[in-house]
Amino acid sequence: MDISFDLLINAIVAGLLLGGFYAAVTAGVSISFGMLDIVNIAHPAFIILGSYIAYFVNINFGIDPIIVSILMLPVFFALGGVVYQVYYLSFERRGQESLRGLAFFFGLLFVTEVTLILVFGVDYRYVEAAYIGPSLHLGVIDLPLRMLVPCISALVLFGVLELFITRTFTGRAIMAVSQDQLALQLMAADPIRIKRIAFGVSIATASIAGALLIIIQPVEPSVGREYIGRVFAICVLGGLGSMPGALIAAVLLGVVESLTATFYGPSWAPAVAFGFLLLTLAFRPSGLLGR
Amino acid sequence: MSHVNTTKFTLISIVVAALVLAFAHAMGIDYLFFAGYTILQFIVMATAWNILGGYCGYVNFGSAAFFALGAYSSVALIKFDAEIDELFPEGLAGILHHIFPLPVPVLIVIGAIVSGIVGFGMGYLTLRLRGAFFAIATLAMAVVLQTLIVNWDFVGGSRGAYIIRPENFELGALQVSYIEYLFVLMLSLAVVALVTARTIERSQLGFGFATIRDDELAAEACGVPTLRLKLIATTLSGAFMGMAGAPFPYYIGYLQPQSAFGLEYAVNSIAMPMIGGTTSWVGPLVGAIVLGSAQQYATVTISSAVNLLIVGLMLVGFVIIAPKGLLGLVQDRLRARRSS
Repeated sequence: MDISFDLLINAIVAGLLLGGFYAAVTAGVSISFGMLDIVNIAHPAFIILGSYIAYFVNINFGIDPIIVSILMLPVFFALGGVVYQVYYLSFERRGQESLRGLAFFFGLLFVTEVTLILVFGVDYRYVEAAYIGPSLHLGVIDLPLRMLVPCISALVLFGVLELFITRTFTGRAIMAVSQDQLALQLMAADPIRIKRIAFGVSIATASIAGALLIIIQPVEPSVGREYIGRVFAICVLGGLGSMPGALIAAVLLGVVESLTATFYGPSWAPAVAFGFLLLTLAFRPSGLLGR
Repeated sequence: MSHVNTTKFTLISIVVAALVLAFAHAMGIDYLFFAGYTILQFIVMATAWNILGGYCGYVNFGSAAFFALGAYSSVALIKFDAEIDELFPEGLAGILHHIFPLPVPVLIVIGAIVSGIVGFGMGYLTLRLRGAFFAIATLAMAVVLQTLIVNWDFVGGSRGAYIIRPENFELGALQVSYIEYLFVLMLSLAVVALVTARTIERSQLGFGFATIRDDELAAEACGVPTLRLKLIATTLSGAFMGMAGAPFPYYIGYLQPQSAFGLEYAVNSIAMPMIGGTTSWVGPLVGAIVLGSAQQYATVTISSAVNLLIVGLMLVGFVIIAPKGLLGLVQDRLRARRSS
């Protein structure tokens, strides 16, 4: 195969930008699955929900999708709190989270997807913003702004989350609850309340990730399914609960996927993430930066 | 029915199946066969899911992939039959024409073998990990397989494949419509699946599965060969799903990766045992009949999107409100009456 140098460089750059975006998508699952041990496979459905809200407000009121998603943060935070409360009362407290909890989230994923199909139909939807369309040109490298803006926003989101978790009191409590719930209880903190906050934060990131997703590509309700594998692949590859690990894994996956799409065709790209995931699970289940 | 032994149970199931068939035949409506086929297919799928999910406690989200594998191995063999003359020299082609096209029961066996092998491989790769990882890995596997099928032009790729369903099925002097033939096949599969599930439940294998579900670590410490048992469960479960999928191309007539790998198969095969009850073979049966009939009714009267919403809501509702399913509700009611 004749690999031109320009094509290779551009594929890698596109992969880096894509990887930054994947980091935003994974941030939420890193918290819920990595730290709280809640296998929230419905997370991509919440991301798609975020996309549709950004789409709806953008089309009707012309507000920038990223601003919409920031305004929606409290709503998603509250939604996460409610979902966690139901999950805790029905499954975690009874010790049935493995089988029924999984089925619960799977059902939630399905219900969200079908509801979106009933409301918006299966057509692809997209948003309008000034930065969709133009590109920066640096020599042979093309930087499409529709990829660059989500990537930078994603990195900002990731940085803020990392600071929140390592520097604030609540963030440290979340780390504590992921390490030893009983010990936290002995310190007179309510682990359930901390977990509720953490899960709320995790769902809140879906709002931003959703807006970024619909900037990058047109969205239809079942797009979320592709992301289930991606987010869990990244999360596991990076090592559970390790935010820096997740960032590295996200960028790695973005680059490999972009190279695959460029040189073998886009129809092979979804298999990359899942192939990665299967191999990681089989050979290095603790991930790249795992404990 | 707990005192009935396996032989008697098998006989009873066959009699029930024969009665169902006699009734459907007497009605003589083709739609009844079409609708009945779907419900029977779900009985097989739900029972297969329950062998791994209900007995061992391992959640499989990739049911659709096993189902699609069964369906696509049939498609591949049917396509192979159509292209024998181009692929082989004349003499060999003549011999192959005697063997092909393969009858549907053979396709079912092949589908079972293919899906069973994939189930085994899947289990071998992931079952040494915690439960949740297995669930995610099954999802991942479904997408990998779907990508492979989409990129495999021989079976139609993303465009899908047309399979012509013969008008009638003939065996000697007996002649029935093809859909009735498929219905009979699926009915027999349902009987086989239920008998197998019930036999497992009351054998040493079933008790081994139950120990894995209740506490895998303790089971291993007591000398239960957990990995081997889990591999048996994934293989069996996958094989039954493949069987359910193998006749599907003939039923649907046009098979497309998106429909064969559709999330509705995955969600249905989880929802049905969950709604019926996961601890016994009765659960998936009841769940499949209740949910399957409700869906047929909703598809005809409202719309197919709404019927999927119903499945999702019922799944979420049941796991929250009735963790033991319909079966558990009935048992609790009986127990309460006996003690009062």
